[in-house]
Amino acid sequence: MLLTDLPRGSSAIVERVDDAHTADAIAQRLRDLGFVPGEPVRVVAQAPWGGDPMLIQIGSTRFALRLNEARRVSVTEANQA
Amino acid sequence: MSATSLRIALVGNPNCGKTALFNQLTGGRQKVANYAGVTVERKEGRFTAPSGRLVQVLDLPGAYSFEAASPDECITRDVLLGRYPGEAVPDLVVCVADATNLRLHLRFVLEVKRLGLPIVLVLNMMDAAKRRGIVIDVTELRRRLGVPVVQTIAVQRGGAQALIELVDAGVPVQAAPHASDAADVAGAPSDLHAAVRDLLSATVTMPRATDARDDALDRWALHPIVGPLILAAVMFLVFQAVYSVGKPITDAIGDGFGWLGTLAGTWLPEGPLRSLISDAVFGGLGTVLGFLPEILVLFFFILVLEESGYLPRAAFLLDRMMVSVGLTGRSFIPLLSSFACAIPGVMGTRSITDPRDRLATILVAPLMTCSARLPVYALLIGAFIPARAIFGVFNLPGLVLFALYAAGIGGAMLVGWVFKHFNRDRQEHALLMELPSYRLPMPRDVAIGLWERGSIFLKRLTGVILALTILMWVISTFPSPPAGATGPAIDYSFAGYIGRGLQYIFAPLGFNWQISLSLIPAFAARETAVAALATVYAVGGGDADLTGLAHALAANISLASALSLLVWFAFAPQCMSTLAVIRRETRSWRNVAISFGYMFVLAYVASLATCVIARWLA
Repeated sequence: MLLTDLPRGSSAIVERVDDAHTADAIAQRLRDLGFVPGEPVRVVAQAPWGGDPMLIQIGSTRFALRLNEARRVSVTEANQA
Repeated sequence: MSATSLRIALVGNPNCGKTALFNQLTGGRQKVANYAGVTVERKEGRFTAPSGRLVQVLDLPGAYSFEAASPDECITRDVLLGRYPGEAVPDLVVCVADATNLRLHLRFVLEVKRLGLPIVLVLNMMDAAKRRGIVIDVTELRRRLGVPVVQTIAVQRGGAQALIELVDAGVPVQAAPHASDAADVAGAPSDLHAAVRDLLSATVTMPRATDARDDALDRWALHPIVGPLILAAVMFLVFQAVYSVGKPITDAIGDGFGWLGTLAGTWLPEGPLRSLISDAVFGGLGTVLGFLPEILVLFFFILVLEESGYLPRAAFLLDRMMVSVGLTGRSFIPLLSSFACAIPGVMGTRSITDPRDRLATILVAPLMTCSARLPVYALLIGAFIPARAIFGVFNLPGLVLFALYAAGIGGAMLVGWVFKHFNRDRQEHALLMELPSYRLPMPRDVAIGLWERGSIFLKRLTGVILALTILMWVISTFPSPPAGATGPAIDYSFAGYIGRGLQYIFAPLGFNWQISLSLIPAFAARETAVAALATVYAVGGGDADLTGLAHALAANISLASALSLLVWFAFAPQCMSTLAVIRRETRSWRNVAISFGYMFVLAYVASLATCVIARWLA
């Protein structure tokens, strides 16, 4: 499941961040910002006009991610753990 | 420099309260400049510690990682690595971390620690941490990290005392780096995150991952329907304030300089010197200074919104719309400033980390209706648009003014869209924007920010505008009319010849030579077009008042010409100071040429269309 598939207000666990192409600086930055396996995330808000960008809570931080950026993040459902 | 002086550098993630800490340490003793070759701000200050030791503080740009993604982050990385020419490696690195956001901030601290420089960890915002019930075992954290740890509240008087005492005691000896650190300086990101996770679970208890206050505020501020309404209300209030608070002060300054000019006129002997002093120097300087209050009021609100954490929310709400026209949500802030003046707007694009997005924003910023266009709009609308009610609620002049503002915004969207499609750069440009916690803005930080921006604005402008005003005065005064000349003196000056020469270009737009001529000083500062027209039409012989000028214009040019002129002012490549700032900020004459060229073509085509359609309708 991708981060973009999550409805607003739901939580999940980061599985991995995929590079969209080789030397993907955006994927690297996502990992630097804490999108690493096992980290819980939550969809806090979605912008008007199609829910792009979306606001993701990771740890105590909130990041606005465009859907294209958020699609790099694969997640599993939180309640399985 | 004495042997006891110490150079420290503040580093940390964006939003860690580093700037507030810097202000707390150094007060007003700051020097703001640029790093050589780039437009990243270099802030340095100093303070004297209780022992008399002089401490120099460098405020490095905020960074998330040494895997640098922006020019700001490159600077921070290069300075700390000792790779930045002309910048010595600091004696002590002060890593600032937000105590309420340690999961993110400690990761960068670990990255800095791997460099092996002497560091201290500052846990900032301890007040917010306490309020949220976050408990940090500082002793254990110090033991595990092997570096000194101090707690601060940067926004409170004396809140940095612990840091000052620690620095005053001398540079702490850096514990030897762990073998694992030395072996792997680059390190996989997950290793660092794992290390942070271990540290946190051993030293920090946090009842709740987020601030309940932030959650409550964001529920409304980011709501898909209520959020945009709140944003519109905030914007409306800001603009109301700019015009109701800034405008009277602006007028007072204008009057003050007018009075000074008259005073200088009565003291100086009749002749060129008197005219130069009263018309060019006082008139020109008055013009520049006159805009300062409005700009400061606007900046005040921008700073308060910035400090409060609301602006990134606005960027979040508007990002989708901005992207569709080739900009980014982050463009919102500089474009907002451009309604006061494009110069601070262009300077404000520094907050956009992506170079392409930044350039696109710089290119469209001058299309926002700046306050210098207002006098021209007011004159022409007053002279040509009858005050008629439309649908009983709106009046026609108000609607025309609104249409001109809308034309600017619409033009910017069009240009952004075209720029996006012409640009061969098809790479993906990230938003990845942190939305920080809401904070109450601190008067000290707002005051320092205002002072900084106000003085930069004045320094940059007085030079250019003053020189151009003097040049304008020279070309409209010399050569003097020959003996026995009958027409106004300006007909015989260089300006008169240039005005008639410009007719070849501007006659199709419906401009007569007087209007064409007034476009020259308008290039220095738009609002001087009004004064220039007044001079050229020489209403009532002596000092021209605006009503007289409005009558003269209505008698001399057609409605089609007036509308065409309004449209020209909405799009035309003015003023010179804006172009100069674009040159400074982008370090490229090519971008200046692109700005000038596209605006000239846009203005020319739009004015021509307006003129032709208006004549056809009449």
